[in-house]
Amino acid sequence: MAGTDLRHHTARYGRRLAEWLRAVLERARHSRPGRLGWAAVRTGARRWRGSLQLRIVTITLTGSAVLVGAFGFVVAERITDGLVDDKLEAALSQVESARYRAQSQLSVFSADNDPGLKDTLPTLVNDLADDVGPAGEFQVVLTASNRKIRIDPVSRPGTSDTPTSLVPEELARVVVDSHVTAHQFTRADPDDRGLRPYLAVGTPVQLHWGTLEMYYLFPLDDEVDAAELVRNTVLITGVALVLLLSLIAWIVTRMVVSPVQVAARTAQRLSAGLLHERMSVRGEDELAKLASSFNQMAANLQYQIVQLEELSRLQRRFTSDVSHELRTPLTTVRMAAEILHNARDEFSPDVARSAELLHDELDRFENLLSDLLEISRFDAGFAQLESEPVDLVPIVRRAVESLLPLARTQDVRLGLNLPAQPVIAEADPRRVERILRNLIGNAVEHGDGKPVVVTLAAHDSAVGITVRDHGVGLRPGEEKLVFNRFWRADPSRARQTGGTGLGLSISLEDARLHGGWLEAWGLVGKGSQFRLTLPCRAGDRLVSSPLPLSPDDPAASPVPVGGVA
Amino acid sequence: MLERMRARVLVVDDDPALAEMLGIVLRSEGFVPSFVADGERALAAFRETRPDIVLLDLMLPGMSGIDVCRAIRAESGLPIVMLTAKSDTVDVVLGLESGADDYVVKPFKPKELIARMRARLRRSEDAAPEQLTIGPAGAQLTIDVPAHTVSRNGSEIKLTPLEFDLLVALARKPRQVFTREVLLEQVWGYRHAADTRLVNVHVQRLRAKIERDPEHPEVILTVRGVGYKAGTG
Repeated sequence: MAGTDLRHHTARYGRRLAEWLRAVLERARHSRPGRLGWAAVRTGARRWRGSLQLRIVTITLTGSAVLVGAFGFVVAERITDGLVDDKLEAALSQVESARYRAQSQLSVFSADNDPGLKDTLPTLVNDLADDVGPAGEFQVVLTASNRKIRIDPVSRPGTSDTPTSLVPEELARVVVDSHVTAHQFTRADPDDRGLRPYLAVGTPVQLHWGTLEMYYLFPLDDEVDAAELVRNTVLITGVALVLLLSLIAWIVTRMVVSPVQVAARTAQRLSAGLLHERMSVRGEDELAKLASSFNQMAANLQYQIVQLEELSRLQRRFTSDVSHELRTPLTTVRMAAEILHNARDEFSPDVARSAELLHDELDRFENLLSDLLEISRFDAGFAQLESEPVDLVPIVRRAVESLLPLARTQDVRLGLNLPAQPVIAEADPRRVERILRNLIGNAVEHGDGKPVVVTLAAHDSAVGITVRDHGVGLRPGEEKLVFNRFWRADPSRARQTGGTGLGLSISLEDARLHGGWLEAWGLVGKGSQFRLTLPCRAGDRLVSSPLPLSPDDPAASPVPVGGVA
Repeated sequence: MLERMRARVLVVDDDPALAEMLGIVLRSEGFVPSFVADGERALAAFRETRPDIVLLDLMLPGMSGIDVCRAIRAESGLPIVMLTAKSDTVDVVLGLESGADDYVVKPFKPKELIARMRARLRRSEDAAPEQLTIGPAGAQLTIDVPAHTVSRNGSEIKLTPLEFDLLVALARKPRQVFTREVLLEQVWGYRHAADTRLVNVHVQRLRAKIERDPEHPEVILTVRGVGYKAGTG
């Protein structure tokens, strides 16, 4: 029972807070367009995820608020309970002594109609009311509930109502029926100063002619004031403590987070290529260690990068020098061979044939040299893509046309499958044409005299070009091997053509430089198909090709085992 | 006619074997070659021999081929064909920007070289009197084709013969968009499409001479993804 009012108070504050929050939320929801509200929520969520400091401060704020709140509630409760218990103890002992006094004074009267009794009762009540003890001020009511006893209720201080109306009925019933001392916390307004909390104590005064009831009403004003004071103090201290803790959390995380932010910024600048970027090292703590190991890492990275750059530069230089040194004498030899070749009719048959061989093999030598230099350019990483938006249709046409002479000598028919409208893609036309010449040349050479078909198609993000032959085809696993340098399908097979063995490797590098794919499909006896896929916009990632890798023309499609291509 | 065929050629190359071999080939094709082996003496040799065309190796001892090219170009608009062992864009573009009209990558076939040289030497001397204009009003250029002169508001603009040919090709068909391939064929005489970088660099060089603001060309307009066309009023 103790502290019910205070609990009531707390509950009321809680309810008010909840109502206020609800109202604020309601207002927020109705006063702004929903979109804005959502945007705010999203911004909040982003800031929450993005800021360690915000999270730590919020968690500290919430955690300490809950802890301090619970602690404050318990302390206030205990203090209030103590106050109430003290009051009750003092009140009970005061009432007990008053009961003895009343009994001894009233026992001189022989009956309730004794004439002296009428005068004595107010005097007794006055005396009792004057006897203020440790329980503080109070109001005394003396009455007799037994109707046979003709005594008017007496009260001090006086009240406008009948004195008995001050006594809670429940308490009166206990005292009258059980003849025991009892107490009850109640609310009363004996002096017209408003309804206030009171402690009411009732006790029976037993005399030989009957029993009177004596009630003491102790106002709890002081206790309520004290409890209020305690609660306010606890509340203010709690709020101050929570704010202080949050401030400390903010300062501490700031101390940790700002060096981390500096590290993140420095790392970003480093990765953007500013290799000389470093963090400043202050003090000897963990953050200083972070900065110094970060700097060490940056120094190592810088060293490695500079070394790699140097290596790449050296290789580039070497390639360039080799290129020049080899090409100049080769030019002389080539011109000499040309003159000998042109004059071969004047030579003896052996010399004339030698001049022819010299001339032809120089072509091969030259192709090999330029392919080797091209490959080393890729290896050194300085092959550059010069992409521009181009129509691929004329490029495919040009590549096919350039191989018509070879196709004629091999008696191979070249088929073209082109869309009617232009196919625009960001590509390096020289490289694309080189890839196509390579693929078509290979198809013609390995086509066994059967037709070769070139197909071009596009969808919204990629273009695909396939080159299909119906020649010897590829054995399982060879579709990867064909791109290896100097790889030959059958080493024992006589080489009829002047391929360098580097063509497909260069084509693959060219395709990769575009961010494209170059893949092969083949079946023994059914021919093979090469597919080039390029993104429509340079730098885009490829996800699919507009053309299938394995051809679906029925004449050559593989016998499906459980699935159709 | 015979006199015209015997064009004088100055070969600037430091490789004696290649120079000798070039001499044999050039003489057999009816040219009159003279030789110089290092860059520093190239300019003096050029002034002395007054050649009709220069074959210039880009890698030279002394003064680099690029600097020789610039020096010759500063004095004359005669055709310069670079001989280069490098086909990387940077090298090619650098050579063209320094003033070369065309380039041949080593190892070249003698026929290819002779064809390039003949294309550069071929002039339409017996052209009928022809007067052309190009460019929007205000920035308009007047071209006197037989006299090989270009002028704006009466003041003459010096162009090399190649730049002149390029401008005339565009001015003759002012409404047509020329692809780079077509220009290569008409101006350089390539029968098969070759390196379109040639066109790009020369258009830049031409713009630098004839445009009032080369950053915002009015006379030669770029048609994105296609090529170039003459700017009209």
